[in-house]
Amino acid sequence: MKFPLKTSIILFVLMLLILGLLPFASIIGLNAFYLDLAIRLMIFAIAATGLNLILGYGGFISLGHAAFLLVGAYSVAIPNYYDIDNGWFHLGLAVVCSALFALLTGAVSLRTRGGSFIMITLAFAQMIYFLFVSMETFGGSDGISISFTSDFGLFNLGDTLYLYYFTFGMLLALSGLIYRLNRSRFGYVLTGSRLQPRRMHALGYSPFRFQLGAYVVSGTITGIAGFLLANFVQFISPEMMDWFRSAELIFMVALGGAATLSGPLFGAFSFVVLEHIMSEWTLYWHLPFGLFLIAIAVFSKGGLVKLLNHRSRRKPDA
Amino acid sequence: MLEITHITKHFGGVFANRDISLCVEAQQIHALIGPNGAGKSTLIAQISGELKPDSGRIRFAQRDITHFTPERRNRLGMGRMFQTTALFNELSVLDNIRIPLLRSTARRYSISDWFYKAVESDSSIRKTALTMLEKLGLDHHPDQLVAALSHGEQRQLEMVMTLATSPGCLLLDEPMAGMSSEESARMIKLIRCLKNDHAILLVEHDMHAVFDLADTISVLVEGSIIASGTPDEIRRNAAVQAAYLGTR
Repeated sequence: MKFPLKTSIILFVLMLLILGLLPFASIIGLNAFYLDLAIRLMIFAIAATGLNLILGYGGFISLGHAAFLLVGAYSVAIPNYYDIDNGWFHLGLAVVCSALFALLTGAVSLRTRGGSFIMITLAFAQMIYFLFVSMETFGGSDGISISFTSDFGLFNLGDTLYLYYFTFGMLLALSGLIYRLNRSRFGYVLTGSRLQPRRMHALGYSPFRFQLGAYVVSGTITGIAGFLLANFVQFISPEMMDWFRSAELIFMVALGGAATLSGPLFGAFSFVVLEHIMSEWTLYWHLPFGLFLIAIAVFSKGGLVKLLNHRSRRKPDA
Repeated sequence: MLEITHITKHFGGVFANRDISLCVEAQQIHALIGPNGAGKSTLIAQISGELKPDSGRIRFAQRDITHFTPERRNRLGMGRMFQTTALFNELSVLDNIRIPLLRSTARRYSISDWFYKAVESDSSIRKTALTMLEKLGLDHHPDQLVAALSHGEQRQLEMVMTLATSPGCLLLDEPMAGMSSEESARMIKLIRCLKNDHAILLVEHDMHAVFDLADTISVLVEGSIIASGTPDEIRRNAAVQAAYLGTR
């Protein structure tokens, strides 16, 4: 798998640099609102990065990834109810619970393909959704405020700047993880299983194990995004992470470019920024936004990454 | 090496295979011929494990493999070449060989190899892959995408992939389909060479190739084997002439 220096990679690095330096701009007078927008963007980029592993590289369209956001967010909210503010505990709980949830639901749902997989992941997500709605102790459908943000001893994620760099660091680390994973043997088998499942069986592979592994990592990454989201908004309710959110994550991955490293960040960036600009422009922003998504789907099947690399792709590969 | 006894498979009321028995020995080529719809592909699918027979048994490498999965059969040494080319089109020629090689040499790898180290940086895999490509003259553009290869080259690559897991038994499903005469001549030469250390079951429409290569030929018509024997016996067989060869 060749990774030549493409326009998308240059832009990806540039975007990360800007994100890394943005807080310094706020010192010289950038509106703090933009920092919030950037945190939101990065959290969704992490969630989409998780989804991209199973959707893009694995080839399974999951319409249930909002469930991992829920699990991650409630890993902060529920300890909060018992006055536990230890960040390591929050994060550890988010990782363990979302990995476990992915393992259990993946073991069932990955036995199906295509439309059935979409429906079964949606069903599992709805189950988790209504579980949290029904838990009156933890706020039920009214939601629950996070009074104690994750405290890691040295820093507390209640502070915007710490949260900003913690989220930024997570985005870097998890993108790096996907980068390595994709080029490793695991990534080769996962990609092979997406492209030619019959062939993989005939070559002696059992794709299921690799796909389940990818699903667990995918869910865990999105779970971490949920953990960050809870610290960011400091008030969570199941409604914030319903199945519509799962669909938005799929939009982000498709918009940016599935099975690409930079796709999730581009997708989340376009999504959050466009949403912001268009919602200021008109109350009915969903209409032009939808038209934009259709345009991307029609004119570039590979999303923004493919659009960006269009010129460089014309060069012969040899 | 590979022994099929009394295999029957039907889809609804239609019998695709009816009481089929055949045997493929080491260093032998057993060819399976028959008109379209005779049930050759169904039989191959059952031998490779994609379909389960309704009755009958399949033995391979001294084991009853009737209920084994395709991947387990491959691990026992069964290699399958697909009828319609089933390559990883979006990947490079080299990557197409790397994927099977990663499986057949997987035991030596550590956790870091599996999840962290880049496959591209593994020089021994690269070297092995290039050597295999060189044998079929496909090593000119190892980084080219498979989709850019000609049909003949794709069939040859398909063969390299099949061989990459070092199977002892080969199921070749129409290896010469769609090839130019020059390309199929090269493929015939290769298959004859592979006979030295493989048991081969060959399904092929090119009669010239079949009679040239096979040690035993079985003729499948409407799901049943109507004749089985040496190329000379098959050529003289009146039933075969009537049912199959005569119509061509």
